Amino acid sequence: MTVTQILFVVLSLMAVLSGLFTIFSKNPVFSALWLIVAFFAIAGHYILLNAQFLAVVHIIVYAGAIMVLFLYVVFMINLNKETEPNKPAWVRIAAVISGGMMMLTLVAALKGASLVPQNKSAEALNIGLASNLGKVLFNDFLVPFELSSVLLLAAMVGAVMLGKRQIH
Amino acid sequence: MLLAVLIPMLAYKGILVVIVFAISLGVAAYSTYAERKVSALMQDRVGPDRAGPFGLLQPLADGVKMFMKEEIIPNVSNKFLFILGPAISMMTALLTGAVIPWGPDITIGGNVYPLQVTDVNIGVLYLLGVVSIGVYGVMIGGWASNNKFALLGALRASSQMISYEVAMGISVITLILLTGTMSTAEIAEQQQGFVQDSWLGWNFFKNPVTFLIFFICALAETNRTPFDLPECETELVGGYHTEYSSMKLGLFLFAEYINMFISSAVMVTFFFGGYSAPFLNRFVTDPFWFPMLSTLVFLGKTIFFIFVFMWIRWTVPRFRYDQLMNLGWKILIPLSIINLVATAVGMWLTGKI
Repeated sequence: MTVTQILFVVLSLMAVLSGLFTIFSKNPVFSALWLIVAFFAIAGHYILLNAQFLAVVHIIVYAGAIMVLFLYVVFMINLNKETEPNKPAWVRIAAVISGGMMMLTLVAALKGASLVPQNKSAEALNIGLASNLGKVLFNDFLVPFELSSVLLLAAMVGAVMLGKRQIH
Repeated sequence: MLLAVLIPMLAYKGILVVIVFAISLGVAAYSTYAERKVSALMQDRVGPDRAGPFGLLQPLADGVKMFMKEEIIPNVSNKFLFILGPAISMMTALLTGAVIPWGPDITIGGNVYPLQVTDVNIGVLYLLGVVSIGVYGVMIGGWASNNKFALLGALRASSQMISYEVAMGISVITLILLTGTMSTAEIAEQQQGFVQDSWLGWNFFKNPVTFLIFFICALAETNRTPFDLPECETELVGGYHTEYSSMKLGLFLFAEYINMFISSAVMVTFFFGGYSAPFLNRFVTDPFWFPMLSTLVFLGKTIFFIFVFMWIRWTVPRFRYDQLMNLGWKILIPLSIINLVATAVGMWLTGKI
C-alpha cells in the first residue's frame, strides 16, 4: 500500500467511527466533540485530494465556528433526565422515514459511481487550490455562488428577526 | 538520488522545528519575567530580583514551582477532557510557529536553506484555522472542570473568540487583497526594501486601519487585557482555570504567553515588514550573516510588540462584557467591512487590480 492509501484508510476509519460515536454518545457534549473529530478526518480527506484551501476553510468554518456555537448551546441547556422532552412515537417514526429517504438518495446517487480511479487532467487535480477554485467560482459558477450568498444573507436576517424581542 | 536530497532536507527541517520550539518556549518563559518587570516599572516597584542576577532565573523557579505543586483533578469532572483542555491550548499555541517566515534564505556550507518550517500556499488561512481551534482548549477545560465559574469563563471565551474572529478574518481578507497572496513567506518577501514606489513599503504604511483592527482582535484572541474576561478574577474567581492546579494551570498560562509571542510575530510578518531591516543590505551582504541579522531584527520587532501587549495590560482597565460585545459587533466588524471596500476601491482607482 502506498502512503496515500494508508492515510485514506486511517482517515476513513476515523471519520466513520467518530460519526458513529457522535450518534451513540449519551452525553450531547461528547457527541459534539466526536463530530469535531469527524470534521478533522474529512479535512484530511480534502488534503489527500489536493484541496488544501477547502480543507482549511472547512476547519475554520465548521470546526472553528459552527461547532463552537454548538458546544456553547449544549453547555447552556439543562441535561438532566427529568427535563428531557418526551418524544412521541410519531416523531421517532418520522425521523426514521426521513433518515431512510436520505439514505436511499445517497445510495441511488452513488450506485452508478465507478470505483476505478480516473485519469484527471492537471487542471482538474488542482481545482482545490485557492486561485483555481476562485477562478472557477467566479467564472463558471458565478450565478449559483451569488445566489447561495443571498440565501445565507436571508437566513441571517431571518435569524436576527427570530432572535429580536418583540416590541409592541 | 532523491533520498540523498530528501534526508538532509528533512534533518534540516527537524533541526529548524526544534529551534522554533525552543525559541517559542524560551521567549514565552522570559515573557513571564518581562511581564512582572514591566508591571513593576509601570507601578514604580522593583519586581522579581531574588533568583539570580536581576531575578533572571525567576522563570526557572516558577517552572519548578509549577511542576512540584500537587496535581488536583476534581472528582466529578471528566478526567480525560480535563487533561485534554490544557493540552489543546498548548498544542495550538505551538502549531502556529510553523508558517512564520523567520528570515530570508540562509546559505550554510554552499547549500541554501529557507528559514521557515513550511511555506504552505494558504499560510494565512492556516493561521486563522489554528487560532479558531485554540478556543476548544479553554472550552473543554472549562466544561470538564464541572464548576460554574469555569463554565462561565469558557462561555465567555468562546463567544469572545467567535465575535472577534469575524473582524480579524475580514482584516486578513483586506491584507490578502492588498498583497495578492496567502503565503506568509510571500507577504514578508513583498515588504523587503523599506521604500517602494516613493512610499514606505511595509503594509502598515499602506493600510494602517487594517493593522489597527488586526491588533485589537489579536488582543482579544489571546485573552489579554482589556479583553481578559474569560479569566476575570473579580467576577469569576479564576475563570476557566479555576479548578486547575500545578502544571496544567501552568500550561494554560504558558499557552497565553506563546500566543502573545506568535501573534506579535504574525503582526510583524503581516504589517511591519517581517524580517526586513531598513538599509541593512547596504552594510551586510554575506549570505550567512545577512539572514542571521535579519532574523534578529525580526525577533527584535516581535519583542517590541510583546512589550506593547504588556504595556496595554498594565495601563488599560478591563472592558465590561457588553462593552466588549458592542466593540466587536458594532464597531470593529462594520469598520473592517468599510475598510475592505475602501481598500478595494482604492486599489481599483490606482489601477492595482
